[in-house]
Amino acid sequence: MNPKIKIKTSDISVFYKDFQALHGINMDIQEHKVTALIGPSGCGKSTFLRSINRLNELIAGTVIRGQIYIDASPVYCKEMDVVALRKQVGMVFQKPSVFPMSIYENVAYGPRIHGIKNREQLDEIVENSLKAANLWGEVGERLNAPAAGLSGGQQQRLVIARVLAVEPQVILMDEPASALDPISTARLEELIGELKKNYTIVIVTHNMQQAARISDYTGFFLNGELVEFSATNELFVNPRDQRTEDYITGRFG
Amino acid sequence: MVPTKDKEKILTAIFWLLALIIVGILFSLIAYIAVRGLPGLSMDFILQAPSRAGKEGGISTTILGTLYLTAVALFLAVPLGVAAAIYLEEYARPDSKFAWLVNLTAETLAGIPSIIFGLFGFVFFVIFLGLGWSIISGALTLAFMVLPTITRTAQEAILSVPREYRENSLALGAGKWQTVCRVVIPPALPGIITGIILSIGRAVGETAAIILTAGSSLNMPLSLSDSTRTMSVHLYLLAMEGVSMERAFSTAFLIIILIIIINYLANLSLKRLAVNN
Repeated sequence: MNPKIKIKTSDISVFYKDFQALHGINMDIQEHKVTALIGPSGCGKSTFLRSINRLNELIAGTVIRGQIYIDASPVYCKEMDVVALRKQVGMVFQKPSVFPMSIYENVAYGPRIHGIKNREQLDEIVENSLKAANLWGEVGERLNAPAAGLSGGQQQRLVIARVLAVEPQVILMDEPASALDPISTARLEELIGELKKNYTIVIVTHNMQQAARISDYTGFFLNGELVEFSATNELFVNPRDQRTEDYITGRFG
Repeated sequence: MVPTKDKEKILTAIFWLLALIIVGILFSLIAYIAVRGLPGLSMDFILQAPSRAGKEGGISTTILGTLYLTAVALFLAVPLGVAAAIYLEEYARPDSKFAWLVNLTAETLAGIPSIIFGLFGFVFFVIFLGLGWSIISGALTLAFMVLPTITRTAQEAILSVPREYRENSLALGAGKWQTVCRVVIPPALPGIITGIILSIGRAVGETAAIILTAGSSLNMPLSLSDSTRTMSVHLYLLAMEGVSMERAFSTAFLIIILIIIINYLANLSLKRLAVNN
């Protein structure tokens, strides 16, 4: 089976006013794999992630050059419907941020805004999404309870269920475990391993052990450049670039 | 050297005393008004129309006038104020000159004395637009007056909604307007309602601007073009024209009761909202 390239970035540069956050990134991200992005704070990995679903545009003064292709169709063009793009490319943020509504309404939020009104259909989506996010067993009996009452780890899985409910193909994760305790983190990593069967996952992480544990490919960012990008085993065991080696062995960062 | 523990005790005592003074002032004020106002209070006072310039009869038309005028003013000001707040916080670019101007205007308007609003309303609505002394002239003037309060409090409430809600909603493919309606406004509602309550208080208590724009007719207010007298205006005229101090105090007591009822209802709706969220 030939690996299929899901996301291809071609010479992506991002500018915030006078500051250039990314310098011409070229990256091929494979379908149904976990791709980890590592690097010190401010190296541009989150910026890169947010350029895939065009979330960077929310910040006034952002200029993006280059092109990103998802399934070979360009993301940055006039015809692109940002709503359709974000339906296709889901995102999980650093801080688990549940909406101030019930567990059910959180998961049903996406399908509702995309026009699904049928109650039975929504029930089914909510159940399937919560099951896929390994949360159904814990909350299935109290779907109408406020989501804010869940623990941090449960909230983050609820956020993932909310993303799954709109049936994306790609899931972007921006340090999803950084606010979680070790047990919740382990459950999240386990979940990521299961999700990659059906989704393409790109995850930004500060934690190198985590990248090594869960990813198939790893990219190392430094000062807005992609220093090295290869299979995770290779990058951690046999880094080609001196800077990568310095970073993963803890000499800086 | 006084030990920290004792210092704490002394400070606690001082703050407790200060709080007591505030409560004391409030209670003695209400108690005084109650003592002077309660004897003249009866169902007839509430339900009957005034006669002989308020010397006889009740104050029913002024209660209705107050409610009518306040309701119309809020009906005009709330949608406009909340819409302006949504525009300023959600849609305007941070460097927008227009948004800067709207903010400056709202801030300035908030500090203008009500008599100036009254004068403007008198010249513009009553005379220039020919609306006369009427509920609509008074309500428009009141709406102008409370608009900055409603806008500013709604802005604060919208601003306090975590940025993450918006990001998450947009990342799920929601449009800007869907995001505003579904995840920004609901958590901001309690704050928005607080602004509305403050505005009701200002509207009910206003006199100067209303005498100039809505007049002081004691007739039953029916249409928007009728002149009316609010309870506060009635109180002012009863006291200033030496009609009856006793009746002025009874009216004052009813104004306080009305405000308490409005606040209670608003709080009740806030709690309902909190439960639903």
